[in-house]
Amino acid sequence: MATSSVSKGCFVFKPSAKKKKKTLSLESYFVQGCEDAESSEIRFRLCQELWDEIKTDTEVLQDELNRTILDSLLDFTRKCSSTRQNSDWTSQMRASEIPTAALMLGVNVPDHDMTFQSLSDMLKQSVSPHVASVQAKECGALKHLMKKVLERLMDTVVVVDDEDEEENVETSPRVHRSMHCSLGILCDWYTARTKKSPTGTPGKKRSSQVRDEQQQPPVVIIFKDLEAFNPRVLQDFILICSQYIDRLPLTFIFGIATSPSTIQHMLPHSVSSLLCIELFQSLSCTQHLATVIDKLILASRIHFKLNGKVMQVLIGVFLYHDFSVRNFIKGLQLALLEHFHSQPLSVLCCKKKQALFNVTQLSKPNLDRIRQLPSFKRYVEKQEAQEQVNLMTDDSHLKEVCQQLIKDLHKYHKNYYPILRCLHTLTSSLPRYPLGKQIRELYLICLAKNVWENEDYQSAMKLVKMLAKGEMVSLLQKCVEILQLSKSKKMKNALVQLEELLAKFKQLDTATEMTPTVEASIPSPIKNLQKKTDLFQLQKTLLEMNESRRAKRLSPFENLRNEALEFIDNLVKSHLSPPESQPLYEVCYYSSSATVRRHLNATPRTSIQAALSNPYYYLQNDSLKSEDGTVSNTAPDICIAYKLHLECGRLINLYDWLEAYSTVVSAAEGNDQDSENFGKVDEVKHARFIRAVSALEFLGFIKSTKQKTDHVARLTWGGC
Amino acid sequence: MFLLDYKKLNEYRSEALDSLVPVIDVCLGLKSYIYPHQYSYPSIFIYGHRASGKSHVMHVLMKELEVREISTPFHCLDTDASLLSALLRLQELVEDNVTVILLSEIAWDKFRPNTGCFEPLLLHFPDYSKSELQQILSQNVHPSYSAGFYSAYINILLGVFYSVCRDLRELRHLAALNFSKFCEPLAEGKVKETDTHKLWKHIEPHLKKAMQTVYLREVSSLQWEQMQQMEEEEAGALRGLSAHTHVELPYYSKFLLIAAYLASYNPARTDKRFFLKHHGKIRKTNFLKKNEKTSNHLLGPKPFPLDRLLAIFYSVVDSRVAPTASIFSQISSLVTLQLLAQVSHDDQLDAPKYKCAVSLDFICAIARTVNFDIVKYLYDFL
Repeated sequence: MATSSVSKGCFVFKPSAKKKKKTLSLESYFVQGCEDAESSEIRFRLCQELWDEIKTDTEVLQDELNRTILDSLLDFTRKCSSTRQNSDWTSQMRASEIPTAALMLGVNVPDHDMTFQSLSDMLKQSVSPHVASVQAKECGALKHLMKKVLERLMDTVVVVDDEDEEENVETSPRVHRSMHCSLGILCDWYTARTKKSPTGTPGKKRSSQVRDEQQQPPVVIIFKDLEAFNPRVLQDFILICSQYIDRLPLTFIFGIATSPSTIQHMLPHSVSSLLCIELFQSLSCTQHLATVIDKLILASRIHFKLNGKVMQVLIGVFLYHDFSVRNFIKGLQLALLEHFHSQPLSVLCCKKKQALFNVTQLSKPNLDRIRQLPSFKRYVEKQEAQEQVNLMTDDSHLKEVCQQLIKDLHKYHKNYYPILRCLHTLTSSLPRYPLGKQIRELYLICLAKNVWENEDYQSAMKLVKMLAKGEMVSLLQKCVEILQLSKSKKMKNALVQLEELLAKFKQLDTATEMTPTVEASIPSPIKNLQKKTDLFQLQKTLLEMNESRRAKRLSPFENLRNEALEFIDNLVKSHLSPPESQPLYEVCYYSSSATVRRHLNATPRTSIQAALSNPYYYLQNDSLKSEDGTVSNTAPDICIAYKLHLECGRLINLYDWLEAYSTVVSAAEGNDQDSENFGKVDEVKHARFIRAVSALEFLGFIKSTKQKTDHVARLTWGGC
Repeated sequence: MFLLDYKKLNEYRSEALDSLVPVIDVCLGLKSYIYPHQYSYPSIFIYGHRASGKSHVMHVLMKELEVREISTPFHCLDTDASLLSALLRLQELVEDNVTVILLSEIAWDKFRPNTGCFEPLLLHFPDYSKSELQQILSQNVHPSYSAGFYSAYINILLGVFYSVCRDLRELRHLAALNFSKFCEPLAEGKVKETDTHKLWKHIEPHLKKAMQTVYLREVSSLQWEQMQQMEEEEAGALRGLSAHTHVELPYYSKFLLIAAYLASYNPARTDKRFFLKHHGKIRKTNFLKKNEKTSNHLLGPKPFPLDRLLAIFYSVVDSRVAPTASIFSQISSLVTLQLLAQVSHDDQLDAPKYKCAVSLDFICAIARTVNFDIVKYLYDFL
């Protein structure tokens, strides 16, 4: 837009009301640039349904996980406010400390918001309507902190209580803001409120029982990120608050990401002695992730799946980078969106009934897409010749087969997860954890390839073979419990068999007492051992001993244990084959790990280098296309300068660099190679060169140096 | 800071005042500076340690004199010196009968502006002596016990705590927390009220424990009271605040922290020796400079630039790590968690400098979880 200003600068242009763009709906964003536009609507709907399901599930999960800690926290705040109102000798004598809950939340700061949100909601519901939460970044100085606390406490009450005074809501904050900011004001406000409340303010969302026991609901102030607060501000605030504690029943909640000793680092004894600090430990984020995976990923009810590599990326980001469950779920959401956006066949990724219906509605191009799927091709190859031809040519036949395949896929999932859990219960407590401690590790192994071909699986099975009876029975009992939850036919069969095995184990107890030991009849070679001194003979005898021990008749328990293991092994082999082996698995499994990685774990330096060494990648201009990694001489100046600097050593002579640059640019301008002016540095080229060099300096590829005049130092190596 | 306005003053009742405050002399002295009907001294500076009765005296005085007060705590040391000088002469400025009373735990010398100012009247509230403390604390007799018994208890309490704490407020708090334990043998009928020695034997270890826990706020007062009701073994399970030092960190954050620690405590010139595979021969005498050795940990962490941190990080981490955005964001997360401290100004985007803010024990615990032998890489322990 043009301005009449002569100077350079930034100008604000407010958009005129008429020209406002129509905001696109979510759906139209989804449909734009979507493969196979026809089915995009259905896919969008499916995608949204799935996401809603996942979202509500995670929220419920979050609430469940937080419940215990929140309950104890609520108890604490209630207890504090009740002891305060006692008037016996001890409570009078005691210094009035501010009750403070130190909430240990772990370093996954992005997740804390959700916890605090539900915490303050619960507090408002069941303890006190006066809850304010503050963040460090909004409280640089004591004044700001005080202002935020006052605003939030007084405003929320205005909004919550006086719903019929809507008009006042708008004016009242302004009044407060202009007021002198001090706790005295808050005290007055509080007394005014509590005087009113026993008479029963309409619209107050507190049960009558709570109101009875608390004539004076506490004022709760939540410090979301204690570590980030300026210690001075916090100390002053606590000191001031302690002056008012007899009039204002304050309670603090400190959100701590690292360790509770932070409190002692931040607050001197004179301040921390004003607080009555109690510690609350929240669930560790790895446990949290484990539950999320258990409920969202290892569930046949959610039909969208991630393949091994994508799982690996998401779990890697979690373990190596941020410990954030929220980011994990965001990653899942991204994969979900990408899958439904880029895979037209995702119309079949839904509940069985709907999927079967959608198969009948498949368009011709989509049927061809099915024929192109690698998993389907593998399936076709296994069929007889006539069937192969039918599948490739007859659309209606293909649809029928697809329906069957979809049914099989659903069955596969229904059996997969119970068996996975069984295998996990059996192997998760083995020494050295050959198949991992967490179920996600086992899941990754199973996703990658046939788990029974894995060496670790075999060693795990060997270890299971050595389990004592008590352990074995209790583990099998747990497996029974897992299988009981499953409704599929095959799992029910397996359950019956497993229960029979268990019954046999239990019978053993009574049976072993009856049968006499027959082992004594085997001739012991140890007796003969003493006579022989020959080394070869000795070796032979030892080998024999070993043989005979192996051949030794197994005890009934060992027999049964082997039987049980074989049974488990068979279950694993028939149900835990990797998803790639299932025809049409592409419908449900998202597999583009590179996309997910690019979105979640950005690599700015790699992108910059890609842009500089291959400008076509971002600019998509055909004249920039080049093979063998060279940069065309029509590329932007900075790319040429970058390319030239790669050929230099640690120190770059600026003049040489300029000369080389000028030659390349002249060639691009189509100047005659033999003419006099060719490669000559004119003012414009000089200026362009300087600009490119300073841009490179800004990007951190070179820096000025005092080692040599007219030289700059290179800062990066390799990475062409 | 209190501003007194004498216009509202109706009558002056001094006799009631005397009976209320333990430090009567000071009060009387103070009263003599404040005149209701004529201009009083413009500013008074009162200093003394915590809980030496400053605010209490003021509070009672204000009540008695029925004067209007405005109070705002603030950091005089931070605020502009001109504000302080203005306050000290507020009476002249507003042309009214106003007295500014400054309360502080710090002596006046620390506040006096360089430019000079109107000198306020200095009043020092000395710390209470042991016998004074005894006298004051004994006033709060538990209603169901005799004064002599309570006084004996206070005597024992002071015997344990007087060497570490002279804060009246804190002592009163501790007295309240531990009194029930003191009365225990009495309630069980084992000891008579007068048998001070036996009572002392019973309570002394308990008070010693209190000194290490509840006094330091390792456990809260509420927890302490609960612990008294619990059995001994159960109570032992309760861990103090500083016992929880374990911090769970993402894998790369651990290595970033280790790299930061190494960068903070090793001289930069030794990096070549520690992190280069073929560092060539480095002369030992030259490498181990005497004065530098073992002193790094005593001197505390040194600042280091971001480049050095990343160079060490890529060298200590066992796999190839792409320089992703999340590596950089982890550095700033470590700063907000106060495990690293940014030394340079926030605005400095180019080559920011950091310091590692964790202890050796902490970093050793972190290094152990990733099987990294950090001691081998520390110059001080070579």
